[in-house]
Amino acid sequence: MVIERRWKKWVFFYIPLTVFVVGTLFPFYWMTVTAIRPDAELYRSWRAVNNAPFWTLHPTFEHFRDLLAKTTFPRWLLNTFYIAVASTAISLLCGLLAGYALARLRFPMAGALGTSIFVTYLVPPTLLFIPLADIIRDFQLGNTPWALILTYPTFLIPFCTWLLMGYFKTIPKELEECARIDGATRVGAMTRIIFPIAVPGILSAGIFAFTLSWNEFIYALIFLSSPERKTVPVGVVSELIRGDIYFWGQLMAGALLGSIPVALVYSFFVEYYVTGLTGSVKG
Amino acid sequence: MKNPIAGGAGSAARVEVALPHSGAVRRRAFERLLENERLLAFALLTPTVVLLGAFIAYPFVMGVWFSLSDISVGQPAHFVGLKNFVKAWNDSIFRTAFWNTTVYTFWATIFKLALGMWLAIILNRHFRGKRLVRASMLLPFIIPTVLSTFAWRWMFDPTFSVLNWTLYKMGVIVTKLPFLSNGDWALWCAIAVNTWRGMPFFAITLLAGLQTINTDLHEAASLDGANGWKRFWHVTWPLLKPVTVVVVVFSIIQTFSDFQLIYVLTGGGPANSTHLLATYAYQIGVATGLLGEGAAISLFMLPVLFLVVWAQLRYLRKLEGA
Repeated sequence: MVIERRWKKWVFFYIPLTVFVVGTLFPFYWMTVTAIRPDAELYRSWRAVNNAPFWTLHPTFEHFRDLLAKTTFPRWLLNTFYIAVASTAISLLCGLLAGYALARLRFPMAGALGTSIFVTYLVPPTLLFIPLADIIRDFQLGNTPWALILTYPTFLIPFCTWLLMGYFKTIPKELEECARIDGATRVGAMTRIIFPIAVPGILSAGIFAFTLSWNEFIYALIFLSSPERKTVPVGVVSELIRGDIYFWGQLMAGALLGSIPVALVYSFFVEYYVTGLTGSVKG
Repeated sequence: MKNPIAGGAGSAARVEVALPHSGAVRRRAFERLLENERLLAFALLTPTVVLLGAFIAYPFVMGVWFSLSDISVGQPAHFVGLKNFVKAWNDSIFRTAFWNTTVYTFWATIFKLALGMWLAIILNRHFRGKRLVRASMLLPFIIPTVLSTFAWRWMFDPTFSVLNWTLYKMGVIVTKLPFLSNGDWALWCAIAVNTWRGMPFFAITLLAGLQTINTDLHEAASLDGANGWKRFWHVTWPLLKPVTVVVVVFSIIQTFSDFQLIYVLTGGGPANSTHLLATYAYQIGVATGLLGEGAAISLFMLPVLFLVVWAQLRYLRKLEGA
């Protein structure tokens, strides 16, 4: 073992770690404190004498109440949730089938197809949003959830395919061959032998895809226009700011409530998420 | 089409045919068709190819056509050649946006790599509460960017900034800092927020890379008298390089094409000084409705993205070859 002195451990370990933890989490703490502060305390000049910004002695839930009762926020949560679930499901299905084909089957152009799926993985949504908005209009999908359910897979499928392809390659071929000798068809071996083994990989890809769709902003901003159809990120940006006025208490309450579902999903499946994350960059 | 059927599966199918259910027979026939490797591959890949074709390849072609035309909302398109690109290039706001995008990507990536590497090395040690700390470190990456950027915007608020308050109380400043009201400051604030958001991704992926490095290597190096820095430079870094390259490429693409962070933090202001290519393309293409010009502006991203992707594919090939 590498032996080290006490002061060295403080300087090179405890202090930097503390700085990282505080720096990373402070904005979330700040979000929470702002969300439960009454307006009277919120808007005090930065140099005001009686200003104590880091805590409040009069916590209130009025911002949450207003948000849930006076805005369509609950509706946005619901929209975001089912759009994320539906696009994740579509992407997982496509990714499973395509990943299996690319990992296991021999067919002409397999290499070229694999490379082009990898390249589309790297195409950012901001490159395509202007023509895509036009296409969505042409397909009569504008201002419907389908506009997002069908376009989110464009950045989710390549990722799911990539991740699951890698996963399938780690499953020994012999398993399938045994099943086939016992009389299973190709499709049977795929769905009954390989897919069940790949469940951890499917879960990783699914969790990661879910957080990505929950996060998506630009397509939702452009394709949806009615307030009651919006997703959380877009609703918070476009509906909670009236004119030029920012209602910070309500905004932070919305940011907090909009983050909780995805944070919960993440906390239950940290290990799978991390596998998905690190798998997403592995060749 | 005649299909060569594998022996085992064929005999099983023949047994099934004897059954009276016609539905089962049809399904069997279908599965037998899929015994052909090429047909099966075709069937499995069709959904993916159709979706990606309709919503990536087709819009891409349309985007190129838009950029060469004078199309705007409600107006038909006429071919105008490279006029939109020339116009953008002579536009001072576009040039600022291009320069901002470059500066933003360059510094944010450097900071994310340096801090992410540092954090990964710290998290690679054993300490109490390690799992909890590791999990919570990823929060900025999980939480929707738009929502966390609002928290930052509130922290940078001109009148109520908590950062100004803290620095003032600590005696560091006398007058408030112009976080988002000065163009240069605002861009650096955006770089800071981007670093905050993307650093965990670097840290966690690099940590996964670090965990595969055999600790014996470090012990051998320290027995040979290598100090911490030398061990990092001669043992850790060369082994981490492949995963680092891929993470950096991902980050460059994400940062170079970033939209939401600037949209929420500054909206491109003050006075159009903090636009990125994507936010400026949005302003021209969607807010103003000049689809052709907007498409041309976002296509300016393509050469950079192409170069980065090409470099990565080459690097991956080289690794596979080695």
